[in-house]
Amino acid sequence: MAEVLERVTKIIVDRLGVEESQVKLEATFKEDLGADSLDVVELVMELEDEFDMEISDDDAEKIQTVGDAVNYIQANS
Amino acid sequence: MKTEGKNAIVTGASRGIGREIALELARQGANVAVNYAGSEKMANDVVAEIKSLGRKAIAVQADVADGDSVSTMMKQVVEQFGTIDILVNNAGITRDNLLMRMKEEDWDAVIDTNLKGVFLCTKAVTRQMMKQRSGRIINISSIVGVGGNAGQANYVAAKAGVIGLTKTTAKELASRGITVNAVAPGFITTDMTDQLNEDVKVEMLKQIPLARLGEPQDIAKVVVFLASEDSRYMTGQTLHVDGGMIM
Repeated sequence: MAEVLERVTKIIVDRLGVEESQVKLEATFKEDLGADSLDVVELVMELEDEFDMEISDDDAEKIQTVGDAVNYIQANS
Repeated sequence: MKTEGKNAIVTGASRGIGREIALELARQGANVAVNYAGSEKMANDVVAEIKSLGRKAIAVQADVADGDSVSTMMKQVVEQFGTIDILVNNAGITRDNLLMRMKEEDWDAVIDTNLKGVFLCTKAVTRQMMKQRSGRIINISSIVGVGGNAGQANYVAAKAGVIGLTKTTAKELASRGITVNAVAPGFITTDMTDQLNEDVKVEMLKQIPLARLGEPQDIAKVVVFLASEDSRYMTGQTLHVDGGMIM
């Protein structure tokens, strides 16, 4: 858990230019972290590369918070 | 050279306008993936010609109307070339008939290849281009998509659709350094237009202010312009390359 969160956090900080302290499990990408739709698509692409997995379009649409991303990766990798 | 060191994929590149686009990109320095649906031998000929120019080239088979086949093709190209800088959506078919006589399957086949194919190829390549933060997508529409043409309801609808798709894709991808433009050829001499009867050709010539049919090269030059740095401040546009048919 901690390790996945750490890697996810790093990607979010790099990609969205937010502070590490803002990246909380309940934070939504769009409202809390200021991402637009395309940012979220890119974020999902980077998570796929980082964790060497494929996330379907349907699943990707359900990933709205940092916690969603972490849970998805843990359940599927 | 205008596309020196760039990696390109051209769909429907085994003959006609697509073939000339692939060759012109190569003459301007690009490596080219030559997509074809059925004409393997002709695609291999194009590949050989590009290699003789000193560029890299591969033939890649895929039906652009099939999503799985398209994503496999794009992965193949990335494996071979490392990047995809230029996508030319050129693959197209015709199944002409008057609307009253047009079969539903002919409508579907043309929309699937000529419109859905552009969507699928663009979607598949966008992932790579977004990572690169740059890319050029050029869609081959048609002047009949702007002005309409009796006997081609399916083709015209698809080609008009391509113009709308071009504008939307341009808006969605602009922030990532990707430009998307379309070229609308007029009456160009290819296998596709050779099938038209003489009367139709004579009638069409009357509508062309520059008073000649176009050649594939006339289109290829404009595509290279849109694929090059020269057009970097243009996106979402449709260039009419039609001898002045529609102004």
